[in-house]
Amino acid sequence: MSAGTPPAALAAPAPAQAEWPLWEVFVRPKAGLDHKHCGSLHAADAAMAVQLARDVYTRRQEGVSLWVVRSSDITASDPGDKGMYFDPMADKVYRHPTFYELPVAVDHM
Amino acid sequence: MYTQAMDLAPKDERTALRSIEDAQREEHFEARIAQGDFIEAKDWMPDHYRKTLVRQISQHAHSEIVGMLPEGNWLTRAPTLKRKTIALAKVQDEAGHGLYLYAAAETLGTSRDQMFAALHSGRAKYSSIFNYPTLSWADMGVVGWLVDGAAIMNQVPLTRCSYAPYARAMVRICREESFHQRQGFESLLVMMKEGTPAQQAMVQDAVNRWWWPSLMMFGPPDADSPNTAQSMRWGIKRLSNDELRQKFVDACVDQAKLLGVSLPDPDLRWNEARGQHDFGAIDWAEFWRVVGGHGPCNTERLAARVSAWDNGAWVRDAALAHAARQAVREQAA
Repeated sequence: MSAGTPPAALAAPAPAQAEWPLWEVFVRPKAGLDHKHCGSLHAADAAMAVQLARDVYTRRQEGVSLWVVRSSDITASDPGDKGMYFDPMADKVYRHPTFYELPVAVDHM
Repeated sequence: MYTQAMDLAPKDERTALRSIEDAQREEHFEARIAQGDFIEAKDWMPDHYRKTLVRQISQHAHSEIVGMLPEGNWLTRAPTLKRKTIALAKVQDEAGHGLYLYAAAETLGTSRDQMFAALHSGRAKYSSIFNYPTLSWADMGVVGWLVDGAAIMNQVPLTRCSYAPYARAMVRICREESFHQRQGFESLLVMMKEGTPAQQAMVQDAVNRWWWPSLMMFGPPDADSPNTAQSMRWGIKRLSNDELRQKFVDACVDQAKLLGVSLPDPDLRWNEARGQHDFGAIDWAEFWRVVGGHGPCNTERLAARVSAWDNGAWVRDAALAHAARQAVREQAA
């Protein structure tokens, strides 16, 4: 079984009626901040996804802007590769400002 | 609201046959859990962990959805516009909580339709508390105070659940649930402090009916919860049923005093030695009867749910057909 594949027991026969497609929802909490992933929902189309996202994820002024993206349109890095894919950063200390020791006189740089 | 049926799982589904690769993965997984790591949707996880979560999260979601029904009864009967507005907001929240949770369960590889099918066929459980009727307006307040109070007690530890999508959903839910409990308590306070003797009696009657079912919300005693140990080891559950129940009782005693109502348990008293309250025996036969489908409203709740789903079929189909047509038009344009 590869990572992330649902086990056979859960992959039941396809439902008679098609489910509404799945969308990922991103909310910008306020002007000046990034949109941030907050969850997902089912909707028939993009316009409906935005409207439902408002009702489901922003009932208490959680945001000023919404993005919705079809979940199937997202390409993600492989969680199985996490180690080799992201780890090299740890041995590249020279990429960090703290690697460089400067005279105190330089103050903030 | 909340699920309590999480312990009512079939026997250990773990299969005996495992490849060496899976054994290594499992070892790595256990190590991550042991050091308090969060598990994300695409991470490898043992089948049994996945299934336990699907069961727990979907039962939790079903409880939110079915939990709207006892309150829906009072949306058009709320005594004032203010109370009606509050009730509407609360019921809308329950719908939202159900949706957060279904979405979290879907990350584990189950589908929304599969979960609905399980609920509608009666295979899936939801919290037994919603199989009790809401007979008076005071029931709405007591549901907020006791039922949502018990839910919060249960849900707060779940914000630290090892499965991250569930934990994130729980953070949002807990933030919103606090309003549910507070509005309930406040509405009871108004009736007890400013109400007529008849209104006060109505509150006491509601407390009498909801107290014991609320205690049952925490699930069977630890001794009868065979899956608790595994769930706690995996960080799916953080406190045992009995620990949570005790915390709830201790919290409610002072709140009842503030309200001026009595709790219907002659054995309820402070135990100086334990530093906790002792309380009377819970009627577990009633609990199992209700879980088994023979509570006062099981049939009605399920029928309402199934009819809402069936009667909405044409809307779901129409929305899909509209979306498909729009897509064709846009392509042509």
